[in-house]
Amino acid sequence: MSFFKSRSLIIDNVIGKLFFLTAMTCLIILSLIMIFLLKEGLPIFKYVSVKDFLTGNEWYPVSDPPLFGTFPLIISSVSVTVLATLISVPLSMAIAIYISEIAGSKVKEIVKPAVEIIASLPSVVLGFFGMVVIAPFLQNVFKIDTGLNMFNASLMLAFMSIPTIASISEDAISSVPQSLKNASYALGANKWQTIFFITLPAALSGIFTAIILGISRVIGETMVVLMVAGGSTLLPKSIFSPIRPLTSNIAAEMAETAVGDAHYNSLFAIGIILFVITFIFNLAAANLSNKYKFKSN
Amino acid sequence: MNRNIYYRKTRAIETLMMTMIRVMSFIVIGFLVLIIGFIFIKGYRAISWDFLTKMPENEMTEGGILPAIAGTFYLMAGSTFISVPVGIITAVYLNEYAGNRKLVSVIRMGVNNLAGIPSVVFGLFGLSLFVTLLDFRSSILAGSLTLGVLNLPVIIRSTEEALITVPDTYREASLALGATKLQTVWNIILPNALPGILTGIMLSLGRAAGETAPIMFTAAAYWTPELPSSIFDEVMALPYHIYVMATAGTHIQETRHLQYGTAIVLITLVLLLNLTGIFFRYRFRRKTMNR
Repeated sequence: MSFFKSRSLIIDNVIGKLFFLTAMTCLIILSLIMIFLLKEGLPIFKYVSVKDFLTGNEWYPVSDPPLFGTFPLIISSVSVTVLATLISVPLSMAIAIYISEIAGSKVKEIVKPAVEIIASLPSVVLGFFGMVVIAPFLQNVFKIDTGLNMFNASLMLAFMSIPTIASISEDAISSVPQSLKNASYALGANKWQTIFFITLPAALSGIFTAIILGISRVIGETMVVLMVAGGSTLLPKSIFSPIRPLTSNIAAEMAETAVGDAHYNSLFAIGIILFVITFIFNLAAANLSNKYKFKSN
Repeated sequence: MNRNIYYRKTRAIETLMMTMIRVMSFIVIGFLVLIIGFIFIKGYRAISWDFLTKMPENEMTEGGILPAIAGTFYLMAGSTFISVPVGIITAVYLNEYAGNRKLVSVIRMGVNNLAGIPSVVFGLFGLSLFVTLLDFRSSILAGSLTLGVLNLPVIIRSTEEALITVPDTYREASLALGATKLQTVWNIILPNALPGILTGIMLSLGRAAGETAPIMFTAAAYWTPELPSSIFDEVMALPYHIYVMATAGTHIQETRHLQYGTAIVLITLVLLLNLTGIFFRYRFRRKTMNR
């Protein structure tokens, strides 16, 4: 009996240690990703200075001499993200408020899974829809040269980011204590006044977290912008300019490179930029949600 | 009198805003219906038994998409070999074993950041580590590993969510009966958390099936003459197939119906996986509410 007991305790101990090692996998992978991005990306700075890489206006990686200026790509990423966020935030807020404050339980059971289904749609399908439906539509309506442009990409990206922003905001809005709302009603406020002046401000940190995570998702999305953003490496002039954000540039050009050449390195260096941006956004979101989490119950 | 005007004004604003919220919600859901409906209406004629079970013919302008379906299934299955065991064990460690709060929060932060990394960066990672350094080349193996790593946070989060709902009294009862920690985890905690874990696995399978950017450099081929015979072979995959058919080559317009057909197959697969996952979670929530 005691032999059996001590043996199973030893096994238990060993297993505990193994579990610990396995749990470190995520951290190891995160470090490996950083190491490999740096290892393959940093050599580009033998060919071009950090300043020229970030602020150069021309991206001609295969010309002679090659030019590695990512500024137009960065501006493309930033502008498409801003536009997508402007479209997505009001719609996401509407959905979040609708689910948590307005919809009856029957409607809720349809709308909530529907939002989850939006989240599960493969991005290549959204890109395909943007190409074959939205692009010709925009081209006809606005009489522009090409429907594959920043506006089209922002529409599809906005749609993509709605589930992220809406579901996290909805959690935050739902966790606002009922007593706060009751106090507001007791003072004579109507439903909208309560939502706007009481519930939303109380849930604001959660909503900000949601928006940050949504933005981070939009910046990192590849297939949609690869298929519908148009692909021009020039600086965008209007919201109907074809553009090429950072992510799609990696996807579009990787096949042209040879392992270890300058072009290959430059695409990994773009990966570093993306990694840093999304890393900062995720840390910011985590900080915000930890700091001001509403204590439900 | 003044008060009356004020009330009328606030009532009008309330009605207006409530209507706007409803309309905007309706627009979002309507857009979802539009996308899925449009693709199904445009593409259902392409779907046939031959389309699902035949090899592509005539430079992919005719025939079926069997290799793309097979490739996607290989990648889905392959990715679970990494994501499921490592993900579940990580979640179990974080919830049941770890004593050090600081360490737990560092690991959680790592998981969150991993979840936020753009999928194309995972592609770069897979390309430099699996394809180049470990010399797996562009293959099922390299693609599965990349997708497996990408899916780790999905499994970890949903498993953790499920573990939290198992009441502490279950753990205490098991330990009081003389069970070791491992026995408690294996016989009591995991079975009770199973539906939640299954949800995570379904969602991760859906993601593995639908992701394109991570497999572009690590697994996907434009065209393969035969079905893959080993894990070191390149494969066709549904999402990549849609992408290349819609953007590259000389037959973009002629093969539109095949593109719609492929999109239907992919959407159906992903929706089935996700709805199963959502269903499991729904039942699980109902059950845990009664505990």
